[in-house]
Amino acid sequence: MSTTPRHLQLSLRQRDARTALLFVAPAVIIILLVTLQPILTTLYLSFFESQLGRFSVNVFRGLGNYIDMLKSAVFWSTIRRTLHFTLFSVGLELVLGIAVAQLIASHPPGWKFLRTSLIIPWAVPTIVTGMMWGWIYNADYGALNGLLSQLGLIKEYVPWLIRPTRAMNLAILADVWHTVPFVALILQAALATLPQEMEEAAAVDGANAWQRFWLIRIPLLRPAIMVAMVIRTVEAFRVFDIIYVMTGGGPAFGTVTISYLTYLETFKYGHIGNGSALSFLISIFSFALALIYIRLLYRQEDSH
Amino acid sequence: MSKKTTCVLAFLLVASVLLAACAPAAATTAPVAQGPVTVRILLMQQAGPTPDENNAIAAEFNKLNPDIQVVIDYVAYDALHDKIVTSMSANPPTYDAFLMDDGWYGEFQKAGYLLDVTDRITQVMKDGVFKSAWGVTTVGDKLYGLPYFLDTKYFFYNEELLKQAGFNEPPKTWEEMMNMAKVIKEKGIAEYPVVWSWAQREAAICDWVVLLTGNGGSMMDANGQPAFNNDKGVETLTWMVQSIDDGLSNPSSVTNIEDNVVSVMQQGKAVFALNWIYMENAVGFNETDSKVIGKIKIALMPVFASAAAAGLESTSINGSMGMSIAAQSQHPDETWAFIAYLASEDVMNRYSANLLPFWETSFTGDKLAALEALAPVNAVTVPAFLMQFPYAVTRPHLPYYQEASLALQLALQEALTHVKTPQQALDEAAAKWVELGK
Repeated sequence: MSTTPRHLQLSLRQRDARTALLFVAPAVIIILLVTLQPILTTLYLSFFESQLGRFSVNVFRGLGNYIDMLKSAVFWSTIRRTLHFTLFSVGLELVLGIAVAQLIASHPPGWKFLRTSLIIPWAVPTIVTGMMWGWIYNADYGALNGLLSQLGLIKEYVPWLIRPTRAMNLAILADVWHTVPFVALILQAALATLPQEMEEAAAVDGANAWQRFWLIRIPLLRPAIMVAMVIRTVEAFRVFDIIYVMTGGGPAFGTVTISYLTYLETFKYGHIGNGSALSFLISIFSFALALIYIRLLYRQEDSH
Repeated sequence: MSKKTTCVLAFLLVASVLLAACAPAAATTAPVAQGPVTVRILLMQQAGPTPDENNAIAAEFNKLNPDIQVVIDYVAYDALHDKIVTSMSANPPTYDAFLMDDGWYGEFQKAGYLLDVTDRITQVMKDGVFKSAWGVTTVGDKLYGLPYFLDTKYFFYNEELLKQAGFNEPPKTWEEMMNMAKVIKEKGIAEYPVVWSWAQREAAICDWVVLLTGNGGSMMDANGQPAFNNDKGVETLTWMVQSIDDGLSNPSSVTNIEDNVVSVMQQGKAVFALNWIYMENAVGFNETDSKVIGKIKIALMPVFASAAAAGLESTSINGSMGMSIAAQSQHPDETWAFIAYLASEDVMNRYSANLLPFWETSFTGDKLAALEALAPVNAVTVPAFLMQFPYAVTRPHLPYYQEASLALQLALQEALTHVKTPQQALDEAAAKWVELGK
């Protein structure tokens, strides 16, 4: 019989939990070291004027780096471009993702093959996506010019990437091609679990296909849409590799996004302090965007 | 044994294994017999010797020096600077030696990344290497690398297409070239007769230096202040913008790097182009990709008419690079042994198809004939190098060169895309250079 006071005895479940914790502790410690240490070091450096190099002396600036960035016109023009990329990219992915999910959910002939092959653009690494689309858009030997020329839609080859706004929009298209499958598969999985009775009842009451889609199906899909949008918005806001490979931030800095600016400050200019501050500003902006979505989601759920 | 004891023992076992894997290597007081020393080198895979050539050289060295094993990694030029920076963050650094651009020596020397190799230069090197080469890797009065990668930009032209347009000689001035380009375009021989590499990369600065100095301008004045935004600079940039607006320069030039220029010339879609010496092999001897074998020639780089009238014969950009050792490399002697081998006269001669030797002695007497005969492409590139390299102009060695270069790249792009006027764009870049220099 145990001599430990009854109120201090652990239940079987608590004992199992403690054992489980012991087993995962080594892995958790390693992961925390690998992720926390760089985060804390970056946060530390963001409060200093710090340059690259072995002999660099860190000069404490408090919030000086953050204030400099927030007062910089380059920072805000970069934020505008990044928001442009994010909003259009996520918006297009959502529309196309819903369309593709609907298509799969309608089970046309070969729908299983369609669902499987949909993963291919998502599986292609972003770096490869950027390289591939850079070649597709190439002014002299790109596939896009070749296709449009053979279809008779253009008389001469178009230098697609030499205009800043157009280059940004084409980078958005490349990103959309890469990530629509992700959104489509999330929504398709959610569609498969929707109850059919409400739509059938609505059909009996005379609702047409569009009304059933917009008034019944979309509201029921809202949680899945929010999940997809939160994830994609945060990822799109932090876009880097597709820009780095496809345009190098050009032409005329027209495709420089906030992550690219962070890279320039840190690795090109050697301003570690500024780069670190920018990293945290990106995190704050991403967190704010995610918070907005989540609040919207819970507000909608509360109102129901 | 109870379940609890077993679990605790298992946890301790796993934790100790994981922590042992993280523990640093223990220091020893007595020398321990070890295997070959591994030397890690970072090289460029672009506009120069191919990885196959460099790997072959490393394999030769490894065979001759069984106690040293050289391992080479490759990146594109535009990733090279950042790769060096990140590798230097580790201690010891990831790479023992790396190829670096002429313009980075000020920055990296100040950052403490580079080993002083002044005392490692042999008398043979001092006597045999082009004297002008040493300036590439010199900071102050010390040498921080071996400037074995000498290169400049050349003026390539498609002789067959030029003759079709009715011209038997290449142009001597840029104005003459544009007049020829107009005729070529009107006759439908090439839609865009000229192609450049003016992307928002260092490539644009290289072309800019060629054109600016060819107009009698300069990047800095005698007081070390930016001079590229003066009349000559604005005139040069206006000329560049106009050449695209007139449809004579390929509009893709705004996003091209040198490899894109090679592709366009290989397809016979342009008549005139600037590029590094590696393009000769690509357009003249690459039977798989090139449609213009035997049609491309190299001529002396033109200049603007006003500069020619003032006595300027030619100009070009010094795009040389050096092999440098990381200051904190654990194997500087072994690393230097490989660098000295890589840059030795014999090796550089044998592997001269994409990079000519930096040994002046290779270009004299019997050795010159032997060098030209070593590879078919050398019969073209060797005379071209001797003709053009003496005119090569170096970019400023500034510790803030990366940021300054990006500011100027932005200015060129803003003018080329009509976001700003050439004067406005260059003035803003010059103001940035002044701010960085403070």
